[in-house]
Amino acid sequence: MRLKDISINNLRRRKGKVFFLILGLTIGITTVVSLISISRLMNEDIANKLDEYGANILILPRSDDLSLSYGGMNIGGVAMDARTLNDSDVPKIREIEVRENISAVSPKFVGAVEIEGKKIPLMGVYFQEEGRLKKWWKVHGAIPKSKEEVLLGNEVAVRLFKSTNDHLAINGKRVRISGILEETGSQDDFLIYADLGFVQEALNKPKAVSLIEVSAYCNTCPIEEIVNQISKKLPHAKVTAIKQTLQTKMEALDHFKKFSLGISIIVLLIGALIVFTNMMASVNERKREIGIFRAIGFRKSHIMRIIFLEALIVGLVAGVTGYLLGLGISHFVGPMVLGMKNVRWVIDPALAIGAIFLSALVGVLSSIYPALHASKMDPTEALRAL
Amino acid sequence: MMSLIEIKNLSKTYEGGEEKVHALVDVGLHIERGEFISVMGPSGSGKSTLLTILGGLNHPTAGEVVVDDIAIYQLPLERLADFRREYLGFIFQSFQLISYLTVIENVMLPLSITERSNREQSRMAEEILERTGLKKKEKRLPDQLSGGEQERVAIARALVNAPPILLADEPTGNLDTKTGKEIMELFKSLNGEGQTIIMVTHNPENAAFSSRTISLRDGRVANGGED
Repeated sequence: MRLKDISINNLRRRKGKVFFLILGLTIGITTVVSLISISRLMNEDIANKLDEYGANILILPRSDDLSLSYGGMNIGGVAMDARTLNDSDVPKIREIEVRENISAVSPKFVGAVEIEGKKIPLMGVYFQEEGRLKKWWKVHGAIPKSKEEVLLGNEVAVRLFKSTNDHLAINGKRVRISGILEETGSQDDFLIYADLGFVQEALNKPKAVSLIEVSAYCNTCPIEEIVNQISKKLPHAKVTAIKQTLQTKMEALDHFKKFSLGISIIVLLIGALIVFTNMMASVNERKREIGIFRAIGFRKSHIMRIIFLEALIVGLVAGVTGYLLGLGISHFVGPMVLGMKNVRWVIDPALAIGAIFLSALVGVLSSIYPALHASKMDPTEALRAL
Repeated sequence: MMSLIEIKNLSKTYEGGEEKVHALVDVGLHIERGEFISVMGPSGSGKSTLLTILGGLNHPTAGEVVVDDIAIYQLPLERLADFRREYLGFIFQSFQLISYLTVIENVMLPLSITERSNREQSRMAEEILERTGLKKKEKRLPDQLSGGEQERVAIARALVNAPPILLADEPTGNLDTKTGKEIMELFKSLNGEGQTIIMVTHNPENAAFSSRTISLRDGRVANGGED
């Protein structure tokens, strides 16, 4: 027989109390595990939904012209600057180390054309890439499929009195309006969208690119890392992260993480308090028994080891149960609350080991005082019968 | 030659508020190896105090207890615990068995903190249970045993690591006359094999089994002490 057998037998004897002791600690660990898992799910969710937030990296030619503006459509700087981007720059972006984090690369060439006496901005894009960036686009008609088709911004269609399937002449080239954008409230309403190659040709600027919008997200590295890597590939370009797009969501996640930490600490403290009071009560109930142990030659350290072993066993059981419950809650309840679908099971050994270790640590730390108290009990007082 | 136990000028005073109780006053005793001592005396005479002091559980106010040349109250506390384990076997009044441990586990308790292997512990416990007639009930819990059987478990636990001294406090106090007599015969037989026994009792019939009776009165040795 060893001291552990005394601990195990004592826990078996006090099944009811031990159940509540384990339950108290389990609730704490379950809360910690579910909150950590839910924050991770949220993180993944943001990564998966990235395309819904549009581009988050903007690549422009290096220019001294500060008046360059995309939103306000002042594109003079781009047109006049000798250092423009080029078609050949586009594939280089997909060559960076963290390329798997890039979801869309959309090069654009912008110029102004005169149609029916009105000066209107014309933007050349690859519609497939642009469509991936702007999931929110709603089109009356269809997205252009050939060089002879264009897409009109809502405001442009109103000004030109045009509707789907009408025709336009752009610098002498006749094109069909395949679709009209529903009002977006952005600069898109004021543009004519056409195939990039067509626009470069129509404006007599072959291979020229005004700007490139990139949609990228990295779970493990900051957006600045992606920006740096693109900058190295395109030294003549100015690469900027548009933080706004994800910042709000990331800030919300950050707040949730802080909130989770606060809740976890409180729940763990309550768990620790349950262990402490239960262990103290157990020690006081066992006064006579501890007296017998001391009388037959147990050292103070032996008594402490019995108490710590009990706390450790309780902590380990609560750790395993808490991890499994937390995993279940984050899998079934988390997605329900967050409105996520098809969440996969994520078994993270580091989280599992961490949860079990944390639980054992809380159990043992909360038992330090009860163990010291037990070891200091006066055996003669404990053994009044002697 | 030194006696196994030498008690010199032993005094114990309990202080409760302003009142002082002199439980033992200037007690001197020699106990030789192989003696069977009965300590008798009326309630409050200091019997239990003497036993707890002999058992290394209760520091005296003055005087010295030397066992096998060891001045036990000069030992650090943890060494005093080791002394109890190596030199003493306790038999408490009302048995004091651990309710959630089986008979054999209760008996192995003093061995559980030694280096002995589980197999060695079992062998030693079974041997002593055989000796006390409880071999067949080793897997039972204490509350499944009669009073006499529980007393035998307590005796087995006290003897399992073969301590030089057996201390017993009213060992038959909770037993019927017949069972009490059987226990005393077991004590007598153990003493016959050389076991030193110090027993506190109220019962003169039990004292008759011992080789010497020490009588205490008001904390002093009235009879059977130093010559």
